[in-house]
Amino acid sequence: MTTLFTAEPTLGTRIAWDASSRLEVLDQLEAEAIHIIREVVAEFERPVLLFSGGKDSVVVLHLARKAFWPGRVPFPVLHVDTGHNFPEVLAFRDETVARLGIRLEVARVQEYLDDGRLQERADRTRNPLQTQPLLDAIAAGRHDAVFGGARRDEDKARAKERILSLRDEFGQWDPRNQRPELWSLYNGRHTPGQHVRAFPISNWTELDVWRYLERERIELPPLYFAHEREVFRRDGMWRAVGEHSLPRPDEPVERRTVRYRTVGDMSCTGAVESDAADLAAVTAEVAASTLTERGATRADDRISEAAMEDRKKDGYF
Amino acid sequence: MSTLLRLATAGSVDDGKSTLVGRLLHDAKAILADQFAQIESASRARGFGGDAGGFDFALLTDGLRAEREQGITIDVAYRYFATDRRSFILADCPGHVQYTRNMVTGATTADAVVVLVDARKGVLEQTRRHLAVVRLLRVPHVVVAVNKIDLLDYEAEPFERVAEEVAAVARELGLDGVHVIPVSALAGDNVVERSANTPWYRGPALLELLEALPSAAELAAESADDGEPFRLDVQLVLRPQGALAPELAAVPGAEAEYRDYRAFAGRITAGVVRPGDRVHVLPAGVTTTVVAVDTADGELSEARAPRSVALRLADEVDAARGAVVVAASAVPDTVRELEAELFQLDARPLLPGARVLVKAGTATVPALVAEITGRRDLDTLRTEAADRLETNDIGRAVLRLGAALPVEEYAASRAAGGFLVIHQQDGATLAAGTRSSA
Ligand SMILES: Nc1nc2c(ncn2[C@@H]2O[C@H](COP(=O)(O)OP(=O)(O)O)[C@@H](O)[C@H]2O)c(=O)[nH]1
Ligand SMILES: [Mg+2]
Repeated sequence: MTTLFTAEPTLGTRIAWDASSRLEVLDQLEAEAIHIIREVVAEFERPVLLFSGGKDSVVVLHLARKAFWPGRVPFPVLHVDTGHNFPEVLAFRDETVARLGIRLEVARVQEYLDDGRLQERADRTRNPLQTQPLLDAIAAGRHDAVFGGARRDEDKARAKERILSLRDEFGQWDPRNQRPELWSLYNGRHTPGQHVRAFPISNWTELDVWRYLERERIELPPLYFAHEREVFRRDGMWRAVGEHSLPRPDEPVERRTVRYRTVGDMSCTGAVESDAADLAAVTAEVAASTLTERGATRADDRISEAAMEDRKKDGYF
Repeated sequence: MSTLLRLATAGSVDDGKSTLVGRLLHDAKAILADQFAQIESASRARGFGGDAGGFDFALLTDGLRAEREQGITIDVAYRYFATDRRSFILADCPGHVQYTRNMVTGATTADAVVVLVDARKGVLEQTRRHLAVVRLLRVPHVVVAVNKIDLLDYEAEPFERVAEEVAAVARELGLDGVHVIPVSALAGDNVVERSANTPWYRGPALLELLEALPSAAELAAESADDGEPFRLDVQLVLRPQGALAPELAAVPGAEAEYRDYRAFAGRITAGVVRPGDRVHVLPAGVTTTVVAVDTADGELSEARAPRSVALRLADEVDAARGAVVVAASAVPDTVRELEAELFQLDARPLLPGARVLVKAGTATVPALVAEITGRRDLDTLRTEAADRLETNDIGRAVLRLGAALPVEEYAASRAAGGFLVIHQQDGATLAAGTRSSA
């Protein structure tokens, strides 16, 4: 049978599987994620995958391809475009969906700002502004299940999240009253207006993600690898100079070799200095890191002790 | 090779569960600098450790605003760390009785549960309840950490007293092979390394023990080697006609080759499967042969639990989601009357006559609560008469199913013997059930 990853598919080959009875950590995580993705597709009518082009959503999309091989991924993807996205990431997003023949839905924060439904914040970060366009897009697409690449190790509020998380019609998460989740029997029943968020890589760590990307040779936007860039220092992070991220007079611009550990909104995502130019080098660097990915690169989560919890309660992913 | 162990905490409120998890993460060097700084400042802001300042390890898992304000754990927090030998998924569970449903959530997937007991207080009602839950859910390993020994000057005698009490409770509950370790979660004694403060204790430190225990996946693989029969619950049927993956559609001849492709996708629940194996498909009642075990990485010459695969079978079989593929040599019985142990999780009581849904494996069927036969007394686990199950009760019931299902005895299969009881209208998970005919 043709496999997903042979450069030149050779029909009818059979590869021997390592007969060792122990499954590696990554194999176990992969098996769990594929199981979750198949459960959701089997039990829901109109699932959609939140796809930003960031590494976590890239991994979920890859797992979805594996789950339905030799068929195609049976659901569309949805991107909430803050209007401050890195152009390289948008290009990667478009190239990926075109190659896989997947439909892309885009919800644009900019449209909400233009017609006054939303207002620019004083700190100009747009991450918190994503919630309303997201909920509208979920309602417009009549999506009853929304896959996300969130991981429990990212944040202390995410650490509390179920794999299948029930949301009311306002997208609200109620952390004090979550549905019990037993064995690997996922209960996705919901009433009209409610929907479910599904997190197939809940149990993966940042390092698991990088190891997996390396093992599976998965393509990523170039931002994740070391490159030279005009940057300035703010909040202890290197921020890219760009249309939506301009230095103040007291913030001198320098050229540095940097890479991104997360790719989010340009207005609140910082880079780290790094020479890691390929997956193996990045994996090694992450393994040795003394900071979490959010601590190193996300200004929005530093606002308050419970920034993520508050955003999640309001329907954020 | 690195393996995965899923670990959950249990025990009464304030006995030190969250502190222990924080301590494990800290001593295993899994807390990064920015997290450490966050916890330090949050600890200071809450006055932890008085003027000297201290590090409240519990804040590593008590991440919700409401939890931090009240100093309690409300829902399970999942944390991750790895040693050279193993990766761990830690589920820090709440101790309060009203959050038992969350503790059950943490325990159903656990390979091992660490039950915390305050050395000064001994076994409390919630300790018993959690030990009973762990016993009934058949968590493979139980470790009792007798905590706060720093407050008892690291003396042997109080520890031994609690250890005896634990042994007595374990005996009553029928819990075998319980490990008991004296620890101070706060000071770190016997958590990662054996402590010089307890020369009278000769056993392993907690982490040493956790690195050595076989996980459920490893036990399943072992049982597969020992001939445990194969079982796969069909999640969906892969039939890509006309919708081949684009990279495959581009291959000359692929459209023709895959025109009749049909495979049963699912995660192997138990045992091992190889091409050529004889299998039986339920409820179709057809016996056939496995042609191939497919994955996106290619055909496998064998696959075992808990791998996700897709099976191609030799004969046309009328089967869809909810079907079960099993070794032809060991076909499980199917039941319409399900005798079960129920863990009542919902706030509403469960009454005889209730019409519900039962979800077992990948099948969901209507069901009727035919009878509630009793409720467990958590002190003795003996069943006493009851005509309803209230929140947090564990009881026995008979459910009549709308279709016969191959639910197995939970004692024989944790993966194929558990099920959910679901509210027909609002979809809430009312209870967790385990088939037990005893
Ligand atoms: N002296 C001492 N105090 C402890 C120890 N473990 C936990 N504590 C304290 O006991 C209280 C409850 O701990 P916590 O971890 O929140 O308990 P939980 O409710 O079981 O999660 C906190 O004030 C802890 O600092 C210990 O080993 N020694
Ligand atoms: Mg706690």
